[in-house]
Amino acid sequence: MNPVYYLYLAALLFTIGAAGVLIRRNAIVVFMCIELMLNACNLAFVTFSRMHGNLDGQIIAFFTMVVAAAEVVVGLAIIVSIFRTRHTASVDDASLMKL
Amino acid sequence: MENLIALLVAAPLVGAALLLCGGKRLDRTGHWIGTLLAVASFAVGVALFADMLGRSADHRAMHQYLFSWIPVGGFRADVAFQLDQLSMTFVLLITGVGSLIHIYSIGYMEHDERRRRFFGYLNLFLAAMLLLVLADNYLLLYVGWEGVGLASYLLIGFWQHKPSAATAAKKAFLVNRVGDMGLSIAIMLMFTTFGTFAFGPVLAATGATSEGKLTAIGLMLLLAACGKSAQVPLQSWLGDAMEGPTPVSALIHAATMVTAGVYLITRSGAVFNAAPDAQLAVVVVGAVTLLYGAIVGCAKDDIKKALAGSTMSQIGYMVLAAGLGPIGYAFAIMHLVTHGFFKAGLFLGAGSVMHGMNDEVDMRKYGGLRKYMPVTFLTFGLGYLAIIGFPGLSGFFSKDKIIEAAFAKGGTEGWILGGAALLGAAVTAFYMTRVMLMTFFGEKRWDPKETHPHESPKIMTVPMIVLAVGSVFAGGLFSINESFVTWLEPVTSFAHGHSPVSATTVTASTIVVLLLGVGTAWLMYGRKPVPALAPRGSLLTRAARRDLLQDDFNDLVFVRGGTHLTTTLVQLDRSLVDGAVNGTAASMGGLSSLLRRLQTGFVRSYAVQMLGGAAVLVAATLLMRGV
Amino acid sequence: MSTLAAAASTGEAVQFWLLGTVAVIGALCTVLMKRAVHSALSLAGTMIVLAVFYLANGAYFLGVVQIVVYTGAIMMLFLFVVMLVGVTAADSLKETLKGQRWLAAGLGIGFGILLIAGIGNASLKEFNGLGEANAGGNVQGLAALIFTKYVFAFEITGALLITAAVGAMVLTHRERTERARTQREQSEARVREGKQVPPLPAPGVYARHNAVDIPGLLPDGTPSDLTVSPTLRERGQIRDVSRESLAELKALERRTEDWLGRTSGEEPRPPSSGGTTPTERKEEAKK
Repeated sequence: MNPVYYLYLAALLFTIGAAGVLIRRNAIVVFMCIELMLNACNLAFVTFSRMHGNLDGQIIAFFTMVVAAAEVVVGLAIIVSIFRTRHTASVDDASLMKL
Repeated sequence: MENLIALLVAAPLVGAALLLCGGKRLDRTGHWIGTLLAVASFAVGVALFADMLGRSADHRAMHQYLFSWIPVGGFRADVAFQLDQLSMTFVLLITGVGSLIHIYSIGYMEHDERRRRFFGYLNLFLAAMLLLVLADNYLLLYVGWEGVGLASYLLIGFWQHKPSAATAAKKAFLVNRVGDMGLSIAIMLMFTTFGTFAFGPVLAATGATSEGKLTAIGLMLLLAACGKSAQVPLQSWLGDAMEGPTPVSALIHAATMVTAGVYLITRSGAVFNAAPDAQLAVVVVGAVTLLYGAIVGCAKDDIKKALAGSTMSQIGYMVLAAGLGPIGYAFAIMHLVTHGFFKAGLFLGAGSVMHGMNDEVDMRKYGGLRKYMPVTFLTFGLGYLAIIGFPGLSGFFSKDKIIEAAFAKGGTEGWILGGAALLGAAVTAFYMTRVMLMTFFGEKRWDPKETHPHESPKIMTVPMIVLAVGSVFAGGLFSINESFVTWLEPVTSFAHGHSPVSATTVTASTIVVLLLGVGTAWLMYGRKPVPALAPRGSLLTRAARRDLLQDDFNDLVFVRGGTHLTTTLVQLDRSLVDGAVNGTAASMGGLSSLLRRLQTGFVRSYAVQMLGGAAVLVAATLLMRGV
Repeated sequence: MSTLAAAASTGEAVQFWLLGTVAVIGALCTVLMKRAVHSALSLAGTMIVLAVFYLANGAYFLGVVQIVVYTGAIMMLFLFVVMLVGVTAADSLKETLKGQRWLAAGLGIGFGILLIAGIGNASLKEFNGLGEANAGGNVQGLAALIFTKYVFAFEITGALLITAAVGAMVLTHRERTERARTQREQSEARVREGKQVPPLPAPGVYARHNAVDIPGLLPDGTPSDLTVSPTLRERGQIRDVSRESLAELKALERRTEDWLGRTSGEEPRPPSSGGTTPTERKEEAKK
């Protein structure tokens, strides 16, 4: 089997995640979809690392994970504080910036 | 002696400051203070004159530097005075006639509550006028020029409770502004051409300057002179200016301020000498105005307005003479001085008549006043004889010389100008005789029950007598050995004109037209009674009564035209400029409101847009790679 | 493992196709499940599958980190927040934005096609394999890179994490601006309001049900919501058993009447008519 199939899988997961971001309204689920997209990218990086025979791809994936962790912490904190004040986790309800 | 020059200006200026800022405390003494300071200025002038006479002709000019007014880099505008023969002549005329009129006003304005203010304005006028003639550069002259304009405005509208006076003041101010704009443009042109405003350098540099520039400067100076001296086409304000108190008409609108234009042209003689086109314009303006004023003067029943027409006409003579170049400058100034005497005398006489006739100005309601006002009659009569050019009196000498010089212009122009001047002399004789006959001769046309004509008090008659003496003798005195011409020659230069007609012929024809004019007037107003109500009159008479339709013309061309122009401009501004601006704004607004629909406020819509953008990027990358 | 070949073995192929399917199904479930808890659990499954793939690709360190950090920490944080927000709060399936679904579907498919086309067109024939790179051990190799080539990025990541921690605290922390009320003050306030002075009634009367989600019945047989925890009330998770007990009561009465030999002309009065309680009636019947 050619490892390029991992890339196809990564593309598929990424697309599913993107569609999820567009479709779902629950902020937490949207966040999960973003995590899915990040993971798809990580898979691609790891596969590239294997293709090129060096570890740089894995390093990038590692940093992606760290950044994702930081992002999740802040993002969930934002969701919690929005939920506290507005009693909803729907992204459509946070549309006060429009004219 | 030079240090005294500033005193000439300072004395009346102090008077004006005192009287205008002094408040009611000075109500009782104000007129004496004003008069005293005017007389003091005259005394200083006489002292300087005596000093000047004691020196030789080439060393008579004096100069006093006061301070540097606007020093900017290499440019300097100084406050400095120049007293030469020309200025000296004006100083004596202004302070002399001015002092007499101050004295006269004490009596004339006796019953006016605001007499202190009146004297303050008179002093202000004297200071500004003296500044005008003493300035050694055009910029300082401009200050004086505006100063006399201001004083004139204040004094014409002195009885501001009368709407006619307020309007007349405004009109005079506005028309003068047109002329003032000419002067300011002329000064700017001088600055760009010569880099300085001072008389000396500017006039010395005219030889090395292109004629086109000099013509432009000359025409702008002429415009200024037209405004201040009420020459065609800016003549319309002078008739209305008679709304002011009569001493004001005598001082400002007859003897001094209105002659400032003649002073300006004479002072800038070098510019005009080097610009024949501008000079031609000057003589044309002069000739047209002298006939125009004379015709208007014939039709007016208001004694002051008749005299105002006469003033316009006489200044036309001066401008004509000044436009003739070196052959005419001296005669222009000479006529200016003699005119200052007899016209001031005539106006004071008119004021005296009005004083005795309950401020009635309509000559058709006078008649037979010579018995009631003998002194007024006598002085007015002498002024009358002087102005029509009766042989031996002032006007004869000065006017005769101007007519002679006009003929000496040479060629067809000379004949036309000379003819116009002769015709003007005839008309002058006609309208002045008319004024004389309607006022002092014939039967009474006033109601004896209501009007009690009486002679004016001494304080008014004495100045009239002094001016009458001047009217009689000044011309003769100036003409002995051509003393006046010799006196002015270092400043204005002088050339004898070569007239195609001999001097004797000119004099004889002058006397003939004079008699013709007097005779016609006697036939019309002396032999048969004057109707108390003005007859309808011919078309020309009716036009002349309306100042030859000058106001209608101005109204039609400038007021209506200006209104139309501004309305059109406003329309253009609204439709084009505002339309473009508002259109841009509206189209931007419309475009934005279209684009705004993209901004739904929903995060997911933005996410769709982002994904679309990313898809486009990926597609573009693939296409670039040649997939 | 240290000699990972460039090309995958047959075993790896089988593993890929099996677990790949699982991963895709998990991803789809993440997107499509109505409840957030289910989504989170599906995502956790996908992530574990991905961890296995990392291991298969020679990224041993990352595989472990994926399980420990992602599935273990981050997903648990997700679940925690889901519980905080409301575990059963389901999305309504109705789409509110006009055309959003069609756009999302179109764009998603288009984007996926583009990506796959790109990968397919790229010349990815040669694989070097990680044999050399992992020769000294995968973790050592990564450490050598992180602390030399990527040391600045690493340090900056540390700063980022601290910032994120502080940010999370700032966003979720709420300052108490007034003193908390003591129990005494609370009881005094309750008495002053005159509302429910004694303790709330306990749920699950009749000893038939003693679960907390069964409301106690009032004397007339109707259920009282007061007996159930307000959280359950909010979620609508009250199991109402009053009808069952009433039906049982009716059946009992009928049996009693049959046994006593009475004519069953008399209908039992409806419980809502007041007067006697069901208990009293039962006692009457027993007599």
